[in-house]
Amino acid sequence: MTRDEAFLQFLLRMGDNTLILGHRVSEWCGHAPVLEEDIALANTALDLIGQTQMWLGLAGEVQGEGKSADDLAFLRDVWDFRNVLLVEVPNGDFGRTLMRQFLFDAWHSIMLGRLLKSSDERVAAIAEKASKEVAYHLERSGDTVVGLGDGTEESHKRMQEALDYLWPYVGEMFASDEVDAEMVAAGIAPDPTGLREEYDALVGKVLGEATLTIPDSRFAHKGGRDGRMHTEHLGHLLTEMQWLQRAYPGATW
Amino acid sequence: MTRATVEQVWEWLDAVPDPEIPVISVVDLGIVRDVAWEGDTLTVAVTPTYSGCPATSVISMDIETALRDHGIDKIKLETRISPAWTTDWLSEKGRAKLEEYGIAPPQPAGGPERCPHCGSTAVEKVSQFGSTPCKAHWRCTDCLEPFDYFKCI
Repeated sequence: MTRDEAFLQFLLRMGDNTLILGHRVSEWCGHAPVLEEDIALANTALDLIGQTQMWLGLAGEVQGEGKSADDLAFLRDVWDFRNVLLVEVPNGDFGRTLMRQFLFDAWHSIMLGRLLKSSDERVAAIAEKASKEVAYHLERSGDTVVGLGDGTEESHKRMQEALDYLWPYVGEMFASDEVDAEMVAAGIAPDPTGLREEYDALVGKVLGEATLTIPDSRFAHKGGRDGRMHTEHLGHLLTEMQWLQRAYPGATW
Repeated sequence: MTRATVEQVWEWLDAVPDPEIPVISVVDLGIVRDVAWEGDTLTVAVTPTYSGCPATSVISMDIETALRDHGIDKIKLETRISPAWTTDWLSEKGRAKLEEYGIAPPQPAGGPERCPHCGSTAVEKVSQFGSTPCKAHWRCTDCLEPFDYFKCI
């Protein structure tokens, strides 16, 4: 694998994470329990889609085949996506959506913090922009997880169920492979394994405040970030997200 | 035809309103980072406020239209993401206009100084997210009016 091939994979991983989570979160638009939450979810989705434009825009540049961020988002199929499985799982109830958001935001904020020092100045610039937005995402998802976890009997039960369901998807964010090794060698990105300690401390603190119990098992579902095996859910999501470009190829407005 | 001076261009751009908050200009907002001539081409560097802000493309179009109206044909708009936009770049004039319009200007403390309607300092946060990505939703517990707070980033 050449350095550029690895760099492209890394950028697709970053951009596909924000794209797929952004789309998932946007599914809440008009359906959230209260207006303020609806707006908050839509704003979060908007930030994530904005970040996607930067990551996938750079991916297209590095790939050198003249593809735009839109081309990469709308014209690839399931096996080409490099997002972690966590972001493609269905929203479930509001609690599960916010728990997923928190588990992702915590990783995202730590990752972007390291990317600020990337040897590639384009990566560092995207991280600088995105990390300001993600600080707000994390503050909100963390507060909501505490509010609902340490809330009523019903909300506590649902948040614990959400955590039990999502925890096996956390490990994949810290998996390392030859792409990561190449990025570390180039000084472009950190080894994801090295982020785990900081993540566990942050997540442990918030979930503790939320009176929730982290499952013991470190078993991790994998296959998203290397594209080996996505869940069945991604195909359904893409069917909706890519529908217009597939029905009317090249349509613009 | 003589080329407009850079100062003149800045003045023209200061008359281009922000599409979401029309009381302030794109210059007040601090998103116009650089204006320079490269031969007979005018380059304008614009920094987006939030990466997904839907107003960004409208702003670029408005800037281009305004410059064309002033007779400039060759325009190059450049999107610059680093250094990232910060609310520190809002002009003093812009901050005053925001408050007058009913939007509390950003404060380093992370929350509004006072209610932009009645001036009371008894305010509380409703939501970290408001009507646009750059604003949070607050309310005054004295006059009971809700208001937008321009988030500090």
